[in-house]
Amino acid sequence: MHALLPNLFAAPSLHSAAAAAFTLSAPSLAHLSPLDLAVIAIYFVMVIWIGFYLKSMANTSEEFFMAGREMTAWIAGLSFVSANLGSLELMGWAGSAYQYGILAAHWYWIGAIPAMLFLGMVMMPFYYVCKTHSVPGYLKLRYGQGSSTVAAVSFAFMTVLMSGVNMFAMAEVMKIVLGWDLNFSIIVSSLAVAAYVALGGLRSAIFNEVLQFVLIWGGALLVPILGLVETGGWSGFKARLAQNIAAGATAPGDYTHMWRSMGHFADNPMGIHWTGIVFGLGFAISFGYWTTDFLVVQRVLAANSLRSARLAPVIGSFFKMAVPFIVILPGLLGLVVLQNADGSLMHLVGENIVKANPGAGLHSYNEVLPLMMVRYLGPGLLGLGITALIAGFMSGMAGNVSAFTAIFTYDIYQPHIVKHAKDEHYVLVGRIVTIVGVIISIGAAYLVMNAAGIMDYVQALFSFFISPLLGVVLLGMFWKRATKAGGFWGLLIGTLTSIGLWAWVKADPSALRFVAISPDAKDMAENMYRALWSVSTSVGVNVIVSLFTKPRPMSELAGVVYGATPLPTEEPVPFYKNEWFWTVIAIVVFLALNIYFW
Amino acid sequence: MHSSGISIWFFIGVLLTVYGTMIFGYGLYELTLPQMAVANYHASVWWGALLLAVGLFYGLRFRPSRNG
Repeated sequence: MHALLPNLFAAPSLHSAAAAAFTLSAPSLAHLSPLDLAVIAIYFVMVIWIGFYLKSMANTSEEFFMAGREMTAWIAGLSFVSANLGSLELMGWAGSAYQYGILAAHWYWIGAIPAMLFLGMVMMPFYYVCKTHSVPGYLKLRYGQGSSTVAAVSFAFMTVLMSGVNMFAMAEVMKIVLGWDLNFSIIVSSLAVAAYVALGGLRSAIFNEVLQFVLIWGGALLVPILGLVETGGWSGFKARLAQNIAAGATAPGDYTHMWRSMGHFADNPMGIHWTGIVFGLGFAISFGYWTTDFLVVQRVLAANSLRSARLAPVIGSFFKMAVPFIVILPGLLGLVVLQNADGSLMHLVGENIVKANPGAGLHSYNEVLPLMMVRYLGPGLLGLGITALIAGFMSGMAGNVSAFTAIFTYDIYQPHIVKHAKDEHYVLVGRIVTIVGVIISIGAAYLVMNAAGIMDYVQALFSFFISPLLGVVLLGMFWKRATKAGGFWGLLIGTLTSIGLWAWVKADPSALRFVAISPDAKDMAENMYRALWSVSTSVGVNVIVSLFTKPRPMSELAGVVYGATPLPTEEPVPFYKNEWFWTVIAIVVFLALNIYFW
Repeated sequence: MHSSGISIWFFIGVLLTVYGTMIFGYGLYELTLPQMAVANYHASVWWGALLLAVGLFYGLRFRPSRNG
């Protein structure tokens, strides 16, 4: 699920840890009442209803693959951020907050906001003006068919694979939290996704993502609110936490500051340094994901105007900044409110400890969010919380499937298999490919079920492509001199660099001192620096090769490169509707949050 | 999104209205029970009422006949 990527790139071990934790056999955490089951069933009825309703609005390829380019800024913006808000991230990062404290919020703030604003204000005009259907489509316009096909094939392959991996992980979550059968979870959720995406195309996927977004907030927001009420607010929470640490009940550490312990790798439990956070996470990883991953960019390309397309990521950035309230805060609150049956403070542990002590009644870090839900949510509300998790998974899967369908049809099928067919033909292909994509995802889910170790490799595999792609797209968009050969070799050698560094550390863990420039660095730091080396190599090779090869004439670059693209003048609007105004507000809020939690 | 028939906000309004009614109704029933679960804070009542209010607002504001 691409929705996971910023997190996965930075912390594959965390994510796989989440999945691994949920694969353990344990009694289910929650027991649903008939009211809860009714809440979940109504959600399924609603998504299928939306799919059938929107079927009549997905007749042309523009409608099916691009939602008719009719989305308002709000719809596109919510969908944009929702496609990234998967249920496994919610649980994985809540667990991370329990374990490491508020450091985990870096992945939601510096690891997302600058890139989202950059996409909206700087890059979106080029994506939107050239009317591309996809990111590989942009590469085709800028660098030619070769780079486009390489990017399209790798994206399509990885998209369905990730979809399957996450389908399996989600089924495991349902098994542990609710005791549901794996096959039941996989088949029911897959059929629902296949139905509404095949029927309504991207519009249906986007509608359901917005619906999911509302459900996540409606189902999960209550947990931190009630947690804060119980602890006496943020200051009350900090006082109780300090008390627990002083009494030795909680491991010592700075759980409530984001930057103070970033001076050295050894000063914080994540083993990261501020340079890795700023340049690796804040640039290489986050810009790679938010500006070139088609899963999220597709939502913005469906906007109804250039202004909406620019405003959508800005709107999304405000909600992204708020997500730690329903993810990080519950994890932190779990440190002081979760109790065992005898009233003592509950201590969550790593999945390896849970695994080593079967039957001991231990829970892993990644179970903190379901545990908090069970603690605070009664009948009906618990069903709503579980529905939010299911909706998060289905929305992420629908995002993968709709992106896969568009990429396969536009960037693989049309240029290489059937070039000049009628529009209806491509819509039919899109519907069929949607079903096929879901079937392949199910196959991937069962593959992972029988070889869980594959998950780590799949996640690393996707990370190999996205950072070098960022280098190629950025240079292509802002440097007229970049050539076809430069783009191809930059992409190839950047990817090989990423693979090489990963393999080096895998074969010799002590190599981490070179890759992440410190012997104290841990897994997360490795991912950040690997992404940074990869994008740097991609840019460097692109520049060198371009300088030695023949550039394309200016006339061919109109619409795709800065300086060769006349941007359309938009109607003046009041300041409160202006995208620049809201961008400045977003920057101020972003800075204020980082300073407050410094 | 009004140009394509029923707005997504209408669907959301309908769903929240149904959920709000169910949860608020259960919350009222729960008030009559002798014992409340620890740390419940009657959340079903006020959260259900909030969902119902938001659902009704969106359901009515974006109802199909209004958008024509």
